[in-house]
Amino acid sequence: MTASDRREAKPEAVPVLEVEDLRTVFLTDAGPVRAVDGVSFTVGAGETLGIVGESGSGKSVTALSLMRLLEEPARIVGGRLRFQGRDLLAMRPDELRALRGDRMAMVFQDPMTGLNPVIRILRQLTEPMTGHGRFTPPEARRRAIGLLGRMGITAPERSVSRFPHEFSGGMRQRVMLAMGFANDPALLIADEPTTALDVTIQAQILDLLRQLNAEFGTAIVLISHDLGVIGSVCRRVAVMYAGEVVEEAPTAEVLEDPRHPYAWALVNAVPRIDQPLGADRRLVSIEGAPPDALALPPGCRFAPRCPFKVERCEREHPPLAEVAPGRLARCWVTQAGQVLPKSGGAGFGGARPAPAAAEPLLSVRGLVKHFPLPRESFFAPKRVVHAVNGIDLDLKRGETLGIVGESGCGKSTLARLVTRIHAPTAGSITFDGQEIASASPAAIRPLRRRMQMVFQDPYASLNPRMTIGDTLAEPLVAHGLARRGAEVRERVGELLATVGLNPAWVSRFPHEFSGGQRQRISIARALALQPELVVADEPISALDVNIQAQILNLMLDLQQRMGLTYLFIAHDLAVVRHLCDRVAVLYLGQVMESAPAEALFARPLHPYTAVLISAVPVPGRTRVVLQGEPPSTLVLPTGCPFRTRCPIARPVCETPPPLAEHEAGRWAACHFPGEFGHAGVAA
Amino acid sequence: MLRTLVTRLAGAAVMAVLATLVIFLIANTVPGDPVLAQLGDLAASNPATVAEWRAKWGLDLPLWERYFIFLRGLAHGDLGTSIASQRPVLEDIAQYAPATVELSTIAFLLALVTGIPLGIAAAVWRDSWVDAVARVISLIGVSSPTFWLAFVMLAVFYGGLQIAPGPGRLDPIAFPPDEVTGLFLVDTILAGDWETFHDAVSHLVLPAIVLAAATIGLITRTTRAAMLEAIGQDYVRVSRAKGMREGYTILRHVLPNALIPVVTLGGLAYANLLAGAVMTETVFSWPGLGRYTFRSAAALDFPAIMGITLVVSVTYLLVNLLVDLSYALLDPRVRR
Amino acid sequence: MSASLALPAPRSRRARLWRRYGLAGIGAGIVLGWVLVAVLAPWLAPYPPDFVDVTNRLQPPSGQHWLGTDALGRDCFSRLLFGARISLLAGISVVALGAAFGTLVGMVAAYARGLADAALMRLTDLVLCFPPIILALAIAAALGIGTTNTIIAMLVVWWPKFARLARALALVQRSQEYVEAAVVLGLKPARILGRHIVPNAIGPLVVLVTLDIGNAIITFAGLSFLGLGVVPPTAEWGAMVAEGRELVEQWWVATFPGLAILTIVLGFNFLGDGVRDWLDPKARSR
Repeated sequence: MTASDRREAKPEAVPVLEVEDLRTVFLTDAGPVRAVDGVSFTVGAGETLGIVGESGSGKSVTALSLMRLLEEPARIVGGRLRFQGRDLLAMRPDELRALRGDRMAMVFQDPMTGLNPVIRILRQLTEPMTGHGRFTPPEARRRAIGLLGRMGITAPERSVSRFPHEFSGGMRQRVMLAMGFANDPALLIADEPTTALDVTIQAQILDLLRQLNAEFGTAIVLISHDLGVIGSVCRRVAVMYAGEVVEEAPTAEVLEDPRHPYAWALVNAVPRIDQPLGADRRLVSIEGAPPDALALPPGCRFAPRCPFKVERCEREHPPLAEVAPGRLARCWVTQAGQVLPKSGGAGFGGARPAPAAAEPLLSVRGLVKHFPLPRESFFAPKRVVHAVNGIDLDLKRGETLGIVGESGCGKSTLARLVTRIHAPTAGSITFDGQEIASASPAAIRPLRRRMQMVFQDPYASLNPRMTIGDTLAEPLVAHGLARRGAEVRERVGELLATVGLNPAWVSRFPHEFSGGQRQRISIARALALQPELVVADEPISALDVNIQAQILNLMLDLQQRMGLTYLFIAHDLAVVRHLCDRVAVLYLGQVMESAPAEALFARPLHPYTAVLISAVPVPGRTRVVLQGEPPSTLVLPTGCPFRTRCPIARPVCETPPPLAEHEAGRWAACHFPGEFGHAGVAA
Repeated sequence: MLRTLVTRLAGAAVMAVLATLVIFLIANTVPGDPVLAQLGDLAASNPATVAEWRAKWGLDLPLWERYFIFLRGLAHGDLGTSIASQRPVLEDIAQYAPATVELSTIAFLLALVTGIPLGIAAAVWRDSWVDAVARVISLIGVSSPTFWLAFVMLAVFYGGLQIAPGPGRLDPIAFPPDEVTGLFLVDTILAGDWETFHDAVSHLVLPAIVLAAATIGLITRTTRAAMLEAIGQDYVRVSRAKGMREGYTILRHVLPNALIPVVTLGGLAYANLLAGAVMTETVFSWPGLGRYTFRSAAALDFPAIMGITLVVSVTYLLVNLLVDLSYALLDPRVRR
Repeated sequence: MSASLALPAPRSRRARLWRRYGLAGIGAGIVLGWVLVAVLAPWLAPYPPDFVDVTNRLQPPSGQHWLGTDALGRDCFSRLLFGARISLLAGISVVALGAAFGTLVGMVAAYARGLADAALMRLTDLVLCFPPIILALAIAAALGIGTTNTIIAMLVVWWPKFARLARALALVQRSQEYVEAAVVLGLKPARILGRHIVPNAIGPLVVLVTLDIGNAIITFAGLSFLGLGVVPPTAEWGAMVAEGRELVEQWWVATFPGLAILTIVLGFNFLGDGVRDWLDPKARSR
C-alpha cells in the first residue's frame, strides 16, 4: 500500500482515465436496457480504483465500455470518456486499436477460456508487443520470459513454449496478467480476475497486482463482487447499483462506515473473518432484488429495498453528492447527515443449543473414492483420480459440520459419497447405525427420506422442464408421504411458505425465478421429506453476497425450527466460521484438521489451516501467501500430503502423520501441530 | 504421436477384419438365395444342378469354414469373380479406380476451396447478404439429390446451352493417353499431350461441380457454425483487448480453432463423395467405380458388390484414420 | 458519439416474429403441403399413376398433361403426386424407427455403462466404419428389390448415429445436478430416466430427426435411382429421374421429380434449422 500511496500523493496533471456521465445500453427486443446509466469517476496515474456491485449492476459493462470493446447489442449512447486527456469516444477504430493492449490493457475473469488453446503461450504473449511495434521479435521473446518470471511462473524459458491446457487456472491467470503488462500500460482494467480461483491462488494474484501497481506505476481498475478483494488492492472504491455509482470513497472508509444503504448492506451481508462471532448468527440481508432495468423506479433506485428510506427517496432521484470530505454518496438520507447503524437489525438472538453428546448421526471411517479415467489408448497406463483418500468424520445430531478446502480437495466427492450418489471405493459410512457404504441403491432408497442434499448451482439443480409444484410433489408421492391431489398441494404450499416463497407460484417453471429463489426451491425440495441430515454442497457460492446472506439466514432459521443436522461444504472460510459448529479442513482428499469452528479459526493447529485462513482477503491484514498449487490427484502423495507446499516441512514429514487428537475435540494430521501460523492469523 | 499412430493403426486393422466379417455375413446369411438368383428358374428346379452348383462355389460347407476360405482368398487379393464381367473383381476395381480417384479428388478440393472461405465469410459477416448467399448455397447443396443435379447440369450446359462437353472422360474421338497412373490429368501432362489434357479438364468440370455440391453445403455449414462458436470465445475478446487487428484475430485466433471440427467432418465428407460418385458417374457415363457399382447393383452382381464394399470400407477407414491423425496435429490438447 | 443520444427504435414485432419463426414456418408449410399431396393423391391426380398409353409417349407439358408424359406415355404429374407417398413413407419410417431403436440403445448403454456400454458402442463403430450408402446398397442388393427391403437396409445403417447422440446426451444428463437430486430423493431409475433424463435430452434428438428425414428421403431416392428401391412400375421420384436420365431432350421426365425431392428436403431442412434455433437458448436471444 505504501508505494501506491506515495504515487497518489503527487498525481500527474492529467488523470489516466476520466469517465463522465457514461451511458451504455443494450438494445433488446423488449427495449433499450440501460446497463450503465450516468457513471462518472476519475483514475489518476498509478491510482487504484475498485468497482463493486452485484451481478447485473453494470460493473462489467462499464469495464468493456472503457475499452470500447462492447459487442452488439450493447452500445455507448452518451457521456465522455477520456484516456490521458484524449477523447476515447471520438477515436477511429485504428486509433482505439493502437491504444488497446498498449496503453490500456484488460484482464478478464475466466483464465481457462481467455487463452487460445491451440497457440503456444509465447506467441500469445508476444503478439501485443510486436503487434504494437514496441519490440522486435527477439526482444519480445526475452521480455515475455522476463514477465512470466516476474508473474511467478517457474522455469519461464520452458513454460513459454507450452500450450495453455498444460497450465492450471492460477498459472493461466498469471499469463493473462503478463499479457496485460506486455507493453507496460498506463492503465490495467481487471474484471473479476480472481473469481474463478481458489482462495490461496487468489491471495497470490492479489499480491501480485498490488506489487505490479507499486512497481510499474500502472493505474488499476479492479472489478469485483467482493469488497474484501477490492479492499486488499484498491485505495478507492466505487459501489455500483442498477447501472449507477451509488457511493465512491476510500475503500477503508466504506468498509468502516458506508454512507449508502446498499453499500451498507454489502458490507454487512458478508461475515467477517476478523471480527468476533456474536451469539446471533443472522446476517444483514436486504429483501427483494435489483429493479427491472426496463422499468426503473422514478426516485432512488434502491428505495424499494432500502430499510432507511424516507418519503423523498421514492419521489426524487438523488444525485451523487459529497457527504464527507472525499466521500460521495447517492442518498438523500446520508446527505441529510443521518448515520447508518453499525450492524444489522435484531435477529432471533439466543445462543445456539449445544448438540447433545450422543451417538453420531453420521459416521465415516476410512472413506476412499478413486475415479478411473478412460485410457488414452489401449497401451496407455491406467489413470486414476484419487478424489478421496481415507476420510474419518463424525457428525452429531443437530450439529453443523463445515468441510472446507480448495477445489480438487475432494469435498464435493465427499458430499456425493455420503449421499451415495457415488459408491465409495473403500471405507464405511454409517447413518444412524446403518451401514450404507456398500448397500444397494434399492436398500438405500428408504433411508433417503432422512438424508437430503442441496446443490451448488441453482441453475442446474432444478429440472427445467418441471414446474416447481411438480418438483416439490415428486418426492412426496414417491415416498408415499402424501396422497396425490389436495394433500400434496397443501404440503407443497407449506414447503414454499417455509422457505419464504409465495405458495401461489407452484405452476411456474424454474427459469422464471432468480438464483436466490431457485436455491430456496432447492432447499424446499430437500425439506419435503423431512430429513434429519442435509448435505449442502456449496449452496451459496453461486449467489450474490446479499442473496448469500438471505440463504444463510434461512438455513440457520430452518435448523433451529426443525432440528436439522448440516454437512456444509464450502470454500468460503468466513461463511463456514459463521455457520458451523465444527470444521474439517480437507487437502488432497484427506482431513488435515478438524476442530470446533471458533477454536480452529482462532488458533489453527495445522499449517495448511493457518495459510488457508490467512489467504482470505481482509483489508489491512498481513498475509502468509502460500506458494505453489495443490499437486495432481492422479498420483497418491507419499508422506504428509501437504509437505510439498508446507512452510515448516521437515524430513520426518515423509512419514504420513496420523489424524490425532491433540487437544480435547481438536484433531490434526501434523507432526508439528500448532507450530505455525499463530501470528498474522489473529484479527 | 508415434503411440497414437500405432494405436489408431491397430484399431483400424481390427475394424477392417470385422468389416470383412460383416460383409461376409451380408453376402451369406441373407434370405435371398444366390443360387436362385444366378442359375435362373429352369436350372434351379433341377436339384442335381443346384447341388453341383453349391458344391462348386463351396456353399455346402459350414458358415465359419466358408468365412475362413473367404479370408484366405482376401489374403491373396482374391475378391471373387464378377458374374457380369466374368473377370476377377479386383481387376475390375483396379481398372475403374483411377477415374473415380481423379474425379473425387478434384471435387474434394473444389469443395474445400469453396466451402471453407464461404463459411468463414458467412460467420464474419453474420446476418449480412454474404451470410444469406452462403446459406442458400449450402442448403441447396445438401438438399439436391446428386443424381438429379447431374442430370440438370448435363441437360442445361450440354443439351441446352451446349457450352459443356458431353458425358465421359474424353471426347469419343480423342485417344486416351498412355496409361501410367490412370489419372488422365497426370498422364496427359506426363505425355505432354496438352490437347487431351484440355479435353480431360473440360470433361471434369461438370461432374466435379455436381459431386462437390453436397460437400460444399456440408463444409460451408460446419465452417460457419465452428467459426461462430470460436468467435464467441473469450480468447477472441482478449485478442481484441490486446489491440490486434480484426483480420489477424480472425485468421490467427479464430480460424485454427474453427478448423478442428471442419477436419473432423473429413470422413463424413468423403463418405458423401463416395455416395455421390455412384450417382454422378452413372449420369455422366464416367467409367469409374461409381458406375461399376451402379451396374453391379442393377445386375445383382454379388461378388462385385461385396468386393466394392470391402475396398471402399477399407479406404474409408484409412481416411478416417488420417482425419484422426490430422486432428491431433491441429489440436495440441489431444496431442501426446 | 455524444451527439447520437437518440436510441434506435427496437425491431418491429413482425420482424422479430419473422426472425424467430420465419424459416421454420416456411419449412413446416412445405412439409405439410407435401403430406397433404401424399394423402390426397388419388383425388388430386388426373390419371392413375401407372396408366400406360404408348401412343402418347414423351409428350411435353401441356394442358392435358401438366408435366408431360414419360417413355410409356404415363402422366408425369399423376406419378409425381403418388411419388410423394413413397418418399414421405420411406423417409419418415427410416428416421422414426432408426431414431427409436438408436435412442433406446444409446440410453441403455449410457445407463448400464461397463461391458454392455462398450459392446454396444463397438457395434455402432462397426456400422459407422462403412460409408452409409454403400453399406445400404450392399444390404439392399442382398435382400432384393422392394420398398420394405430397402427401408430395412437403410435402418441398419441409420440407427448408430442416434445411438451415439442419445448416449452422449444421456451421459451429460447423468451428471446434471437435478438428476443427482432425483437420485438423492430416492426416485426409482425408471422415473429418473423418464421424467428427468429423457425430457431434457430430447431436444437435440428432435433436431437431428427433423434434419435427417430430408437426408433419408434423398438416400432412398438415390437407392431407387440405382434400381434398388421400388419395384417398377411403382411411382417413385428417384426411379422417375432414373427413367428420364438419358432423355435430355425430354427434360421434363427427370426434372420435375428431382425438383419435388429438392423442395421436400429443403422443407425438412428449414424446419430442422428452425427447431434448432428455437431450442437453442443462445440462438433464441438474438
